[in-house]
Amino acid sequence: MEELDGEPTVTLIPGVNSKKKQMCFDWGPGEMLVCETTFNKKENSETVPGCPFIYIIRKDIDVYSQILRKLFNESHGIFVGLQRIEEELTGKSRKAQLVRVSKNYRSVIRACMEEMHQAAVAAKDPASGRQFSSQVSILSAMELIWNLCEILFIEVAPAGPLLLHLLDWVRLHVCEVDSLLADVLGSENPSKHESFWNLVTILVLQGRLDEARQMLSKEADVSPSSAGMCRVLGDLMRTMPVLSPGNTQTLTELELKWQHWHEECERHLQDGTFASSPHLECLCKIMLGDEAALLEQKELLNNWYHFLVTRLLYSHPTVKPIDLHFYAQSSLDLFLGGESSPEPLDNILMAAFEFDIHQVIKECSIALSNWWFVAHLTDLLDHCKLLQSHNLYFGSNMREFLLLEYASGLFAHHSLWQLGVDYFDYCPELGRVSLELHIERIPLSTEQKALKVLRICEQRQMTEQVRSICKILAMKAVRNNRLGSALSWSIRAKDAAFATLVSDRWNQSLLALGGLLGSWEAQDCRSDLWARPCRFLRDYCERGCFSDLDLIDNLGPAMMLSDRLTFLGESLGSVPWTFGTVVGCGGGRCCLDFSRVFFLLSPNSKPHRALCARLCKAYFLVTFPINFKSKEKRCKSRLRIKKLPCPLYPDSPFTYCLICFIILRFLGNSLKGSWRLCSPFLINT
Amino acid sequence: MEDFCAKFVSQKISKTRWRPLPPGSLQTAETFATGSWDNEENYVSLWSIGDFGNVDSDGGFEGEHQLLCDIKHHGDVMDLQFFDQERIVTASSTGCVTVFLHHPNNQTLSVSQQWTTAHYHTGPGSPSRSNAPCTGVVCDNPEIVTVGEDGRINLFRADHKEAVRTIDNADSSTLHAVTFLRTPEILTVNSIGQLKIWDFRKQGNEPSQILSLTGDRVPLHCVDRHPNQQHVVATGGQDGMLSIWDVRQGTMPVSLLKAHEAEMWEVHFHPSNPDHLFTCSEDGSLWHWDASTDVPEKSSLFNQGVRSSTFLSHSISNQANVHQSLISSWLSTDPAKDRIEITSLLPSRTLSVNSLDVLGPCLVCGTDAEAIYVTRQLFS
Repeated sequence: MEELDGEPTVTLIPGVNSKKKQMCFDWGPGEMLVCETTFNKKENSETVPGCPFIYIIRKDIDVYSQILRKLFNESHGIFVGLQRIEEELTGKSRKAQLVRVSKNYRSVIRACMEEMHQAAVAAKDPASGRQFSSQVSILSAMELIWNLCEILFIEVAPAGPLLLHLLDWVRLHVCEVDSLLADVLGSENPSKHESFWNLVTILVLQGRLDEARQMLSKEADVSPSSAGMCRVLGDLMRTMPVLSPGNTQTLTELELKWQHWHEECERHLQDGTFASSPHLECLCKIMLGDEAALLEQKELLNNWYHFLVTRLLYSHPTVKPIDLHFYAQSSLDLFLGGESSPEPLDNILMAAFEFDIHQVIKECSIALSNWWFVAHLTDLLDHCKLLQSHNLYFGSNMREFLLLEYASGLFAHHSLWQLGVDYFDYCPELGRVSLELHIERIPLSTEQKALKVLRICEQRQMTEQVRSICKILAMKAVRNNRLGSALSWSIRAKDAAFATLVSDRWNQSLLALGGLLGSWEAQDCRSDLWARPCRFLRDYCERGCFSDLDLIDNLGPAMMLSDRLTFLGESLGSVPWTFGTVVGCGGGRCCLDFSRVFFLLSPNSKPHRALCARLCKAYFLVTFPINFKSKEKRCKSRLRIKKLPCPLYPDSPFTYCLICFIILRFLGNSLKGSWRLCSPFLINT
Repeated sequence: MEDFCAKFVSQKISKTRWRPLPPGSLQTAETFATGSWDNEENYVSLWSIGDFGNVDSDGGFEGEHQLLCDIKHHGDVMDLQFFDQERIVTASSTGCVTVFLHHPNNQTLSVSQQWTTAHYHTGPGSPSRSNAPCTGVVCDNPEIVTVGEDGRINLFRADHKEAVRTIDNADSSTLHAVTFLRTPEILTVNSIGQLKIWDFRKQGNEPSQILSLTGDRVPLHCVDRHPNQQHVVATGGQDGMLSIWDVRQGTMPVSLLKAHEAEMWEVHFHPSNPDHLFTCSEDGSLWHWDASTDVPEKSSLFNQGVRSSTFLSHSISNQANVHQSLISSWLSTDPAKDRIEITSLLPSRTLSVNSLDVLGPCLVCGTDAEAIYVTRQLFS
């Protein structure tokens, strides 16, 4: 086990006082439920009403941002396209493809950033404006990191072009200069503009020497005294040797030329050519790569990585990738000067300069508020064959782990779950099981939605899920007196026995259904839970009506029990049932029934599906809502909790075990009693 | 290849419809409505395309569709139709049918009429009424017909508070879509592969005609009628198969065309150029079917994005007795003579394309990937 990388932050839930009251909580895949409880405090239990509210705490709030949804959707298309990149592509064409994919991702981030920026400007109240602005800065940092990773890891630029890429990188992200440029040029007398020299300095710092020369010529036009100096400096700018993309000159040639140019600059400085103009002298010093002169421009440089790139441009233009980290470290130290400590972004960039991909991803995971960035970046780097199969101690590699996290987050969202499916598809090891477990939790509100879920399952030959969805919908149809629909769902399930029964004996359809249940019962040979609904139906067939209408309710929840949960039946077999029954979380599907129950428990709270389906790691969480009016001891003696074996993946402790359940017990028929949730029992397997 | 403009809208789009043009208008379509589904809050939205015609030189985003106005919609928007220039009728997953009114002056939408429990279940398990999703709606001013998962058909008339006519338990399975055949006859498709014709003049709960797919009883999801030849009907099924029916004869489809790999959600004949047909599917594709007979023999195999159709058609009824010149190109069943060119319109596969609409040279479609695609140069 590795150590924690940092202390987890404490989140305060407004309105919950943990000092006064005991709290209970429950995990959901992307969220947590918290409520107050008076469990074990008998003196209060009668007077104080139970928990009036249940709080939903969401882990990944970014998923709920309207604007970021566009990022998720658009990048989903790029992701799927990337997975389909032909493996045969090798060498240059493959690299070009990957760089293009990376640029696509970045352009999506930028588009999102622009929209977020507009939203921040248009925001009516300052609080939401601040929120948007902070999102903009997060997105901009993401793009900055991604761009650097693209240059260093995907493009793998060699010495020479490397610096050109880094210059572009800095120019793209320190873009205030463009508005300043327009501002100055737009003024009546540019060279008298208060920011004129700042502008020229920034242009030189960014290596935009042509533009700097033009600005100098404007200065030369209006002040004849300095015209000569401006011309000399302009010539130096013009003659600075640079590597142009189409040029065939070798690095050695370039270095030689550069050395000559550098000496010429130095000569001018020593001869005092620019002595009478401190501005021009300063520019000349910058062009010589003078560290002290550069550091004087801290304000204009904004940040240490700009300083780094400028420093490289004017003192080590042919820097090799391996030497980068050395210059980066010293630039960071010089720039911060011991005054402040590096921030998370600085650490991430530094890790990138050190070519430590794992460190980059780790730091990003800690610093950023969503999984989107690390999941997609890691996947892309993995396609570049840069991540050696770095196996984690919990069974899958890092790429897969991050993709699973991201996809689980999508599945927790009300409507982004469809995107998550494709991410699970491309996780070879645990994707399939995760999908199986998540897909069962999608609430099936309409048949159309059910069809979409069904199609996903069918395409992936998830026969068990297909059967269970069809059964649920068929039974729902039967409950609603929709026998034709029941038939079509059973056909979809390819349940031959049912289809023939129903179509052959359409007039005696109910009888046929009785037979159907019998046949299903036979198939699920382990399922002793089926016996109960079957008995009800047989009653129905024999007598033509139900003795008790409530009984039909038992059909519904029992339908949802998958055979995975049958062990539960065994362990609770001795519990006498009255109205409620054991409800397995075969998915948010049972939320219809749940929301009703939940409402009774806590009338002020909104029914939420997280209650009925939870993720936990190698644990089972069992929550018992107990009627406190009845005698507590009795309840406890009746519910014997056994240590439950984990039926799914006993050999991989990290695997999410989605199976969890809530046992609802309605004791007596008084629904007005005070109901509350008591602490969940943690059963460690 | 058509020039498509895509825009991500942060909601899954279930329906897209062009606003009808005023009669006699020579303009191209500019405004369309969309409905969303599966969001925590669903919306009906109106969009406008600015100056799409003159794309500016730097290929900017000028042509992108802009949101005019939107309004919250209770439940998923299951279907959406323009009733007239200003009014939109929606079908909700809550069983509610709503008429929205667009106020062009201040660009707002408001509810002008609502039938809250148009569709409901009355099962033995639920003694009280529980809502059933309304799956389809079709308008022919002043009439509105809706169908639902409860197998009920409702006939509403704008400005009438109650349904004018209700056929309870019209179908024992789910009705997926409805269209007018010729007033007052309607056509419904259901989840056991049947196509039923209903005549509102007749009393009782029996359809006047039933046509069905043989064998598998594959559910049908969408239906559209040929704009000029009212006996020609196209349906799309769960297996992505396109079926062409001649409702005058036979009880089986005239031809079955293997098409998409998953549910075909919508099929539309081009309203003014009915030799062209458009389909979209759960598999994320949007296809243009061109059956015009004057298509020169193209070397379609080498045309990118074009695949030649696989005919599974069986000549069901010998059509020698019908004048060849009068037969719609869709009814001829000789695969050797008439080819149908199929073009895939969307550049890359995405999530399900839920809805499409065509009007003149304009096409709009909406996807589960939360994007709306628009083109205004369909036949260029």
